[in-house]
Amino acid sequence: MSTVYILWLRQIKKYFRSRSRIVGALGQPLLFLVAFGFGFGSIFQRAGGGDYIQFLAPGIIMMSVLFTAVFSGIDLIWDRQFGFLKETMVAPVSRLEIMIGKTLGGATVAAFQGLLVFVLTLFVGFRPYNLLMLPVAVLFIFLVAILFTSLGIAVASKLEDMQGFQLIMNFLVMPIFFLSGAIFPLEGLPKAMEIITNLDPLTYGIDGLRHSLINTGKFGLATDLVVIGSITAVLLVIGSYFFERIQA
Amino acid sequence: MGINQDSSDIIVVSALVKKFKAFTAVDNISFEVKRGEIFAFLGPNGAGKTTTISMLTTLLQPTSGNITLNGSNPVQDKDGVRKSFGIVFQDPSLDDDMTALENMQYHAILYKVPKDIRDKRIEELLRFVELWDRKKDMVKTFSGGMKRRLEVARGLLHHPRILFLDEPTLGLDPQTRNHIWNYIKDINKKENMTVFFTTHYMDEAERVADRIAIIDHGKIISIGTPGDLKNQTKTNSLEEAFLAITGNVIREEEASGVDQLRAMGRMWRRKR
Repeated sequence: MSTVYILWLRQIKKYFRSRSRIVGALGQPLLFLVAFGFGFGSIFQRAGGGDYIQFLAPGIIMMSVLFTAVFSGIDLIWDRQFGFLKETMVAPVSRLEIMIGKTLGGATVAAFQGLLVFVLTLFVGFRPYNLLMLPVAVLFIFLVAILFTSLGIAVASKLEDMQGFQLIMNFLVMPIFFLSGAIFPLEGLPKAMEIITNLDPLTYGIDGLRHSLINTGKFGLATDLVVIGSITAVLLVIGSYFFERIQA
Repeated sequence: MGINQDSSDIIVVSALVKKFKAFTAVDNISFEVKRGEIFAFLGPNGAGKTTTISMLTTLLQPTSGNITLNGSNPVQDKDGVRKSFGIVFQDPSLDDDMTALENMQYHAILYKVPKDIRDKRIEELLRFVELWDRKKDMVKTFSGGMKRRLEVARGLLHHPRILFLDEPTLGLDPQTRNHIWNYIKDINKKENMTVFFTTHYMDEAERVADRIAIIDHGKIISIGTPGDLKNQTKTNSLEEAFLAITGNVIREEEASGVDQLRAMGRMWRRKR
């Protein structure tokens, strides 16, 4: 347990020390909220979609969880490049404990970043319908954070250096975000698009968050929870599998 | 425990081989290191020194052969082996964004140093390498020599029975080199800790090591005390002995085994 704790603590400490990174990471969600929120707001309303900021906010919160989580996982590459990974890998502790500590640390950081963005959305006019549902929202945020941190670790275990970074950004993280229903409703999509969005795990995270924050959604809370829970479990296993095979 | 293992040998290596596809980095080497001994591994660039250390310290899986380290096998009982050694890697392995103290605490917790002695031991070692005053500073503000000293202190934190040092003094000035070796020899005497190190500095090996193995092209070509090696080659200094044994050909950087090995490793991993 102490291994999990010290790995978790290291991630947390490093996160809170880089204040400029925390603030910097708020820039993009803010831009998206303002540009999309106010840019598309009136069209959305005229089309009968209601208040676009209400609709968009959960999507943007999850966007920042997604980005922060994947990058916390990919952090592993830096540890490898700067040699620190070796120090951890020769220690007499199980690889699984290392993986769990790293995942929980990254996920905590990502969830916290998500909550910061949640606070930010309140300033641009977002209003959750029922504060009693907030714990459910936090649960979804944390699950999604774990899911994508494990994904980041799995990817990082297979990468030698930061050269694949652009690739991951453009072919993994961006599609996961844009094809998730974060910025558009899932109803009335062309068939192909519907299938793609249904395959995107983030779709269920955002749907769950919409259920808990604005009381609308497509799949229902239970479905969202089951899907996110199972994918998280699978990715944790895959991440551990790849991580155990790292030869530092 | 091996059948014909002398209990005074803390490291026993027999017929060890490591291949990266067609490239043989370590080619059927065997040797023993005695408990409490300071043992040097010498060899030109790419001779297989780091690969051997990586296998001894559970970071690389041998292709074939047998290793026993303090009575455990690094392939079957990884954690048993990991508990018994400390290591200073060739490349830095500190977290630059943590303080010296935090780096030490991280290590102490991973190695399960009991809570009640943890702080005392950390203070003792940081004072020993003269970094106690800088304990709250981020490692990124440290010089190369300070980082090395911190790594040595960290490697000693859990009272290892064996300390591996992979070119510990590379790029350091003579004063710092001297300093570091004084600490290590001190602990070697006081705690009968075995030291296994690689270096390019012949004078260092001659001065510090009880026995030396010279490795080239993945094979051990000579092993003995510094005196033995000089007698064997009828030379006056270890440097001359080394050149007599390994030849005068300069190993070009592009042919360096380490690079080659890494490239091979990359290719190999990708293809798998």
